[in-house]
Amino acid sequence: MKKTKQLFASLFLMSLGLGTAQAEYTLNLRQGVTQISQEVYDLHMLILWICVLIGIAVFGTMFYSIYHHRKSKGHVASQFHESTKVEIIWTIIPTLILIGMAIPATKTMLDLDDVQDADMSIKVTGWQWKWEYEYLDNGIHFFSSLDEASNRARQLGSGIDPRSVPHYLLNVDHPLVVPVNTKIRFLFTAADVLHSWWVPDLGWKKDTVPGFINEAWTYVEKPGTYRGQCAELCGKDHGFMPIVVIAMEQGDYDAWVESQKAGAEVEKQQADKEWTADELIAKGETVYANNCASCHMADGAGMEGTFPALTGSSVVTGDIDAQIELMYNGKGMMPAFGQMLSETEFAAVVTYTRNALGNSVGDSVQPAAIKSLKSSAPADEEEDEDDEE
Amino acid sequence: MSAVVAEHDDHHDHHDHGPEKGLLRWIITTNHKDIGTLYLVFALAMFFLGGAMALVIRAELFEPGLQFVEPQFFNSMTTMHALIMVFGAVMPAFVGLANWMIPLMIGAPDMALPRMNNMSFWLLVAGALLLASTLFMEGGAPASGWTLYPPLVLQTGAALPFAIFSVHLLGISSIMGAINIIATIFNMRAPGMTLMKMPLFVWTWLITAFLLIAIMPVFAGAVTMLLTDRFFDTSFFDAAGGGDPVLYQHIFWFFGHPEVYVMILPTFGVASTIIPVFARKPLFGYSSMVYATASIAFLSFIVWAHHMFTVGMPVAGELYFMYATMLIAIPTGVKVFNWTATMWKGSMTFETPMLFSIAFVVLFTMGGFTGLMMSVAPSDFQYHDTYFIVAHFHYTLVPASIFILMAAAYFWLPKWTGNMYDEKLGQLHFWLSAISVNVLFFPQHFLGLAGMPRRIPDYAVQFADWNMVSSIGAFVFGFSQLLFLYIVIKTIRGGTGEEVTSEVWEDASKHSLEWTLPSPLPYHTFTTPPKEIPTEHF
Repeated sequence: MKKTKQLFASLFLMSLGLGTAQAEYTLNLRQGVTQISQEVYDLHMLILWICVLIGIAVFGTMFYSIYHHRKSKGHVASQFHESTKVEIIWTIIPTLILIGMAIPATKTMLDLDDVQDADMSIKVTGWQWKWEYEYLDNGIHFFSSLDEASNRARQLGSGIDPRSVPHYLLNVDHPLVVPVNTKIRFLFTAADVLHSWWVPDLGWKKDTVPGFINEAWTYVEKPGTYRGQCAELCGKDHGFMPIVVIAMEQGDYDAWVESQKAGAEVEKQQADKEWTADELIAKGETVYANNCASCHMADGAGMEGTFPALTGSSVVTGDIDAQIELMYNGKGMMPAFGQMLSETEFAAVVTYTRNALGNSVGDSVQPAAIKSLKSSAPADEEEDEDDEE
Repeated sequence: MSAVVAEHDDHHDHHDHGPEKGLLRWIITTNHKDIGTLYLVFALAMFFLGGAMALVIRAELFEPGLQFVEPQFFNSMTTMHALIMVFGAVMPAFVGLANWMIPLMIGAPDMALPRMNNMSFWLLVAGALLLASTLFMEGGAPASGWTLYPPLVLQTGAALPFAIFSVHLLGISSIMGAINIIATIFNMRAPGMTLMKMPLFVWTWLITAFLLIAIMPVFAGAVTMLLTDRFFDTSFFDAAGGGDPVLYQHIFWFFGHPEVYVMILPTFGVASTIIPVFARKPLFGYSSMVYATASIAFLSFIVWAHHMFTVGMPVAGELYFMYATMLIAIPTGVKVFNWTATMWKGSMTFETPMLFSIAFVVLFTMGGFTGLMMSVAPSDFQYHDTYFIVAHFHYTLVPASIFILMAAAYFWLPKWTGNMYDEKLGQLHFWLSAISVNVLFFPQHFLGLAGMPRRIPDYAVQFADWNMVSSIGAFVFGFSQLLFLYIVIKTIRGGTGEEVTSEVWEDASKHSLEWTLPSPLPYHTFTTPPKEIPTEHF
């Protein structure tokens, strides 16, 4: 019923021509919040208008002809079929128009490419299916993935109305925070497959390629929250790895940096403390929901033929070190979680899978054990040898 | 050629030397008309299969939230929809037209290599079935987009080697078809038909055939490198072994860009055939049409990286590919202007083939405009991989290639079958298709500009309204095509019962040779070359 109602409502609105009055019926490119995005917008409008004018001329001529030169009106066909002069004219005029377009386009292209003299650098790594941000100047480092409310609502048959979720699919647990009036250089790479980092308000997107570094830059003048998402197909959850950039005044940004540093300290201490199995299982439940449930399902049943079940799985009920090894380094479609999760999260989710989802192995692993694994593994190595098989 | 060289001169006698009886006729046939029919019927079947997948996609996108399918299956649908439509529907349909029409238009008794013709059709069937069978394999069908980009495509399950092998089969089939077309055109034209007197459909297919021979091996090479990367420890596309994932994109698009012209150049040929007949005028600028087609074909080889503006090329590369791409607008513009000039001061009537052809000129031009917009590299940094490009290439494929295939079917069905289609139903089919295709694809421009990426199964709620409009258009368009199926079947089974002359359309025999033959066409035609060729164009 609701679907039918919405359908009729939208048809009704369109028929009244009210569609465009609603924010939802956005028609045009966003102007964005940077000088570059404005330049791109201006280029877009220039070419759009050129196309509209050519369209009016060509279609106008054609429809005039269709209306007047028809047999039913008794029009007799003339038999002309060649004119070198006309052919030359309609080759040269488009050439001149193209040159007129190419000049401003070249200028904007050169501006986009100019990453010189940046005030700070942020390294962005694409993962299946989240973003990793490293502030190269102050060492802040975190992962950013789809927020919990969207994640719950987006499951097949969740029964949650996406309209009730604020910023559905465009919200993250941990946004990227940047200062305004600062030239920021971004370095892009990927850990597994291609991704593309795109915030429309910044005016561009850039692919992230495993094993290579791409560059781009931005200079935001207006504080605000700017949203985007991955633009290069990267597998199952490609549609569910949004980007949120919050631009702050310098003072607010400095305070945020301090709070991040304090948070990292707490996280470090947690990894060193001794956890009880129950604490780990409780924490593991959240980690599982955010990282594992989209493939292995909330109840661990997996998906026939594509994603193995965890309930009763020989890996999850077998040797704990083998399970840790597999989760740490990944395998085929299974991402490598070693770098993605903190030591505490990693230990918690291992313990959770072995003692929940219908499994009851009874053992657990401490964050400290994962930590020693991390320090022995080659840390921060981008091109982790990842056997595709 | 033994099957086609009949003993007698009378090509009006179509009772002798007819086809084999029964099913075997279609399996062992070497007759260009039979093979053309096979191609067209197969393409129509694939059109409905690929269309059904499109409707799965549009059903899921009708509303935000996931209602029907898992994301992984959704990605398989977008991938398979594209592969089946490109390699199973559009390309074979044009090969079918080529088989039917090229010998008739150049006054030849059959294709030059009839046995290879049969083989290339059946390899196509094998390749397409193998591709479709991946839907039932462990891990699902390929889900990495029709471009099959690594590293993602290497995560495909059991289907990967089968999909790659099916690409090989489809490629071999296309190459054999192309060789056959070139051999036929170069060797079997009627006396007096010089190259510059060939109908434009023959010209565009000649150029298309050269494109196919040049590019299909490139695609085969690219997917073979995927195969060895996955199974034989090479690292063409893996940075850890010294390779580069972007290398695949360069190879793929060196194939892929000419490939999209393989689907549009024959379209130009059919439009240039139909519009003059219904304008009752010669085609305007025949030789400039030939040169424009050749220029477009040449340019298609030097613009590939405009599909990759955001991969991180050096700025000089970005600028070069931007300028080169812009150049394509010039010959394409010449074509559109020529069609308009052909209609100008004509004496037009608007039967179904003409309606589809005019809609083609208008809507293809719209696709051309968005193409021009995307050639501007900085703007493409916004448009790339959004619904804007989805709208663009669907405009150049659906209301362009598909509409022209519809136009061709209405145009030649009376000639092929000897029966007239139902003009009222044909026009109804046209108007349903022409309106719904715009409801379907036009709003996708808005979605892309507003920031909706392509290939996502679910979207933020601000994209909801236009997606709903687009899905409504999709369902109307999809189901309208059942009407086309009905019209075709009805025409084959007797049509309106109206007497069909050999010309079918007024003065059509002035334009091309096939209209000098009786309707329906006898099984063997032009067993002796025609004495005169139409000179309308010159």
